[in-house]
Amino acid sequence: MTMWFSKDHEWIRIEDDNTATVGISHYAQEQLGDVVFVELPEVGRTLVKGEEAAVVESVKAASEVYSPLGGEVVAFNKALPDSPGTINLDPFGDGWFYRIKLDGEPDTEGLMDQAAYDDYVASL
Amino acid sequence: MSDTPAAGDALRTTPLDSLHRELGAKMVPFAGYSMPVQYPMGILNEHLHTRAHAGLFDVSHMGQCRLTGSSVEAVARALETLVPSNILELKPGRQRYTLFTDDAGGILDDLMVSNAGDCLMLVVNAACKEADFAHLKRHLEPQGVTVEVLEDRALLALQGPGAARVMEHLAPASAAMTFMSAGKLEVAGVPCFVTRSGYTGEDGFEISVPADQAEHLARHILEQPDVAPVGLGARDSLRLEAGLCLYGSDIDTTTTPVEGALVWAMQKRRREEGGFPGADVIRRQLADGVGRTRVGILPEGKAPARAHTEIQDDSGRRIGEITSGGFGPTVGGPVAMGYVETAFAEPGTAVTLLVRGKPLPARVVALPFVEQRYYRG
Repeated sequence: MTMWFSKDHEWIRIEDDNTATVGISHYAQEQLGDVVFVELPEVGRTLVKGEEAAVVESVKAASEVYSPLGGEVVAFNKALPDSPGTINLDPFGDGWFYRIKLDGEPDTEGLMDQAAYDDYVASL
Repeated sequence: MSDTPAAGDALRTTPLDSLHRELGAKMVPFAGYSMPVQYPMGILNEHLHTRAHAGLFDVSHMGQCRLTGSSVEAVARALETLVPSNILELKPGRQRYTLFTDDAGGILDDLMVSNAGDCLMLVVNAACKEADFAHLKRHLEPQGVTVEVLEDRALLALQGPGAARVMEHLAPASAAMTFMSAGKLEVAGVPCFVTRSGYTGEDGFEISVPADQAEHLARHILEQPDVAPVGLGARDSLRLEAGLCLYGSDIDTTTTPVEGALVWAMQKRRREEGGFPGADVIRRQLADGVGRTRVGILPEGKAPARAHTEIQDDSGRRIGEITSGGFGPTVGGPVAMGYVETAFAEPGTAVTLLVRGKPLPARVVALPFVEQRYYRG
């Protein structure tokens, strides 16, 4: 199980079965403020790395979520549209967005590990 | 002097700047000022707190000025040459909403005017204030009116159902004030100019206070039970739910008071007599109707429709545009306002919003979204 982060503050956790779970980081939810709306990708949709996969909106603004890795969507967080505030409360847990089946070996180029991401956030 | 500082220019601060930082506010640039967009409570809870209890807003970035002349009547008569409202019959101790119009009937700014007995007191929008003051001086000074810009005053707004109790404690005389009344009042021992009005749809007060006493007064108000500091983020969602226009978004020089559904701000005598900039255009629109009208828009789903979202009819033809939109915390869902072709302005009319390329169902609704709870005595 490895966790990677994008410069746009998405996280992706690669599980042992070659699926990966996607969400937004604590820093991202803090910047957004109270999340009031989320739009998630349908199961079966194929996402290319970097493609716009979801939309998250706070009271302040709308923001796109780009898929950190490519693959087919195998699940999305069904509870999230009715309680988008979960993204603020538990961004790495119950606030997950969707899960993909990876389309091969994960292409982690451009992604950061936890330590690198922490440095990146500290530099902002 | 410019009211839109170039990049790199230092932002102006209000007299409450250090208090905002102490309270943990997130500061953002707004109309050339560094302003609190939210405090640690967050926009959603600040909004709900204001509707349930009381919120204190720093609106010191807004422009305040005093108009004096040989008599208040003479000043009112002069101001009527710039605005389409009845100022002559605005009684001492009363306040009124009005607009500066231009020769094409467009709106230069919206503002509040109070009759303070011996003068008129004006509050104008921050982003327009330099232009407004120049406009006032250019047109009113030749008519014998002195325009005194009140640079040394802060402006606090205390809003919400708990505001009256707080004010009654700090300024007992405030209990006798009703919605849109105005007067000089001591608040916690500080001489202020107070109006019972605001920008949230709730009962509340706006307090003009000497800049050097503003922090003292703000701290005193924040010490009262149920008062929380509230930033510009919640101010925007509160005014949107209340159906109130944001200048620069919902109204501007390309919209007239008739298109903007602000005919109520133009009293009968002024509509009939004219005598303000753009009167010919506006009176013709009143007689013949207008092609587009500002309306409330209620999206049927959960997706907020932001400003500039296209509004379509059921055939996909463009019939207008959202000018303000977002999530309404009290409504518990998306709310918006915008302009539609007048044929679609009837409440209940089904329309389509094009959000991120997707057509979403919505309908035209009467404003406000949340019942106004002004204190009328």
